[in-house]
Amino acid sequence: MLARRVIPCLDCDLQVPGGRVVKGIEFQQIRYAGVPWELAGKYYQDGADEIVFLDITASHERRETMTEVIKRTSRSVFVPLAVGGGISSLEQAREVFNAGADKITLNTSALNRPELISEIASHYGNQAVVLAIDAKRRYALEAGREVVQTESGPCWFECSYYGGRRFTGVDALAWAKKAVSLGAGEILLTSMDRDGTYDGFDIPLTDAVSRSVKVPVIASGGCASPDHMLEVFQKTQASAALAASIFHFGEWNVRDVKDYLKKRGVVVRI
Amino acid sequence: MTIAIVDYGMGNLFSIYNALDYVRASPKMVKEPAALQGFQGIVVPGVGAFGQCMARLSLFQEALSRARQDGVPIFGICVGLQVLFEESEESPGARGLGWIKGKVVKLPDSVMIPQMGWNGLSIKKHVEMLDGIEEGDMFYFVHSYYGQPADGSVLVATVEHGVTVTAAVASGNVFATQFHPEKSGARGLHILENFVRSVKC
Repeated sequence: MLARRVIPCLDCDLQVPGGRVVKGIEFQQIRYAGVPWELAGKYYQDGADEIVFLDITASHERRETMTEVIKRTSRSVFVPLAVGGGISSLEQAREVFNAGADKITLNTSALNRPELISEIASHYGNQAVVLAIDAKRRYALEAGREVVQTESGPCWFECSYYGGRRFTGVDALAWAKKAVSLGAGEILLTSMDRDGTYDGFDIPLTDAVSRSVKVPVIASGGCASPDHMLEVFQKTQASAALAASIFHFGEWNVRDVKDYLKKRGVVVRI
Repeated sequence: MTIAIVDYGMGNLFSIYNALDYVRASPKMVKEPAALQGFQGIVVPGVGAFGQCMARLSLFQEALSRARQDGVPIFGICVGLQVLFEESEESPGARGLGWIKGKVVKLPDSVMIPQMGWNGLSIKKHVEMLDGIEEGDMFYFVHSYYGQPADGSVLVATVEHGVTVTAAVASGNVFATQFHPEKSGARGLHILENFVRSVKC
């Protein structure tokens, strides 16, 4: 039986030499957390099942810094590495794979040009393409939206892009299904309402998306404690839970979180 | 001691290279069948479709068969396990190496395909390659098809994913895993170390 995965996420600011890991709150304020490959190495030693690197500065010049980060990390970290932020062509994806990434995550570029998913999947396989969705609750219901019941009433979920700065009008549930049909092998689902809030994962969102696609869903946004991970694994079919701040600032160690989950009956890799 | 990684143009070999380098095995990428001679161990990686892999790997078929007959330890990974079989549902008509009797079949529709993530081994037979690995230890899998050996005696380990899935096989000096030891943390590296040790002896 497959284990539920615990995935630390490194938001990387690549505007400084070698890059640095930062953490935003509700897609805004920034706090410095450490050197990317050092943190990745620590999380690997602590039992992370996978590591996600997101380039939050995402521009052409900085991609080289990201490939350096991945090259350095992949020499001593032996779990899957996923890399995202600003990848908008097969050629750019290839640079990242050649540096040692196992998966790339796409958000803005896939919304702008959905065929990019198929182009990368046909070269590297569906398992190598992760669709990242940044979803925001919209309580003003409109015709044609996939409506989800939440503790605050019914809503639909709108996809955001450009790092949360712009909205698309695209329905997140519909987009998830379409992206999977185009070849996305996994969905990294971030709740914009919860990201950085420490209020826990958006359970109705995670539940709705993980029931509507057959590929693994990584829940993201709002995790502040092992209890939040337990909740998302007990209440939804999410394959993995992603968190950043709780690991970066020493509040929780990956191993302690996994022990906590295992004691409460969640199948995890120890 | 040097280990060859057969580079037949199918995908990302950095991970396996880095992992072998990390366990001090001095790996070398080998692109030409003739260059396979003289290596003390051979890793056959594989990603992508069975048919595509075999189309390219067939160039190496003779060199690999000779190495196998000479007793050189050979380690197949992922599709590198599947190509040991005779054929695959993924690519009807394509012939595998046929070193293990049986065929490669698709995972059932009732489960998540591909199987992607960490799954715990059920060990069927003790082999040196799994020295230090215990029942239930987890490894990283990414695949949609799995090998069904006609002769169960080659089965070394299985995992459950809707059905019982072949996770590792061994036949003489040939060993192969469906999972990725190079992506399976410390326990995966341990299996690679076992391979390096078998090469040294």
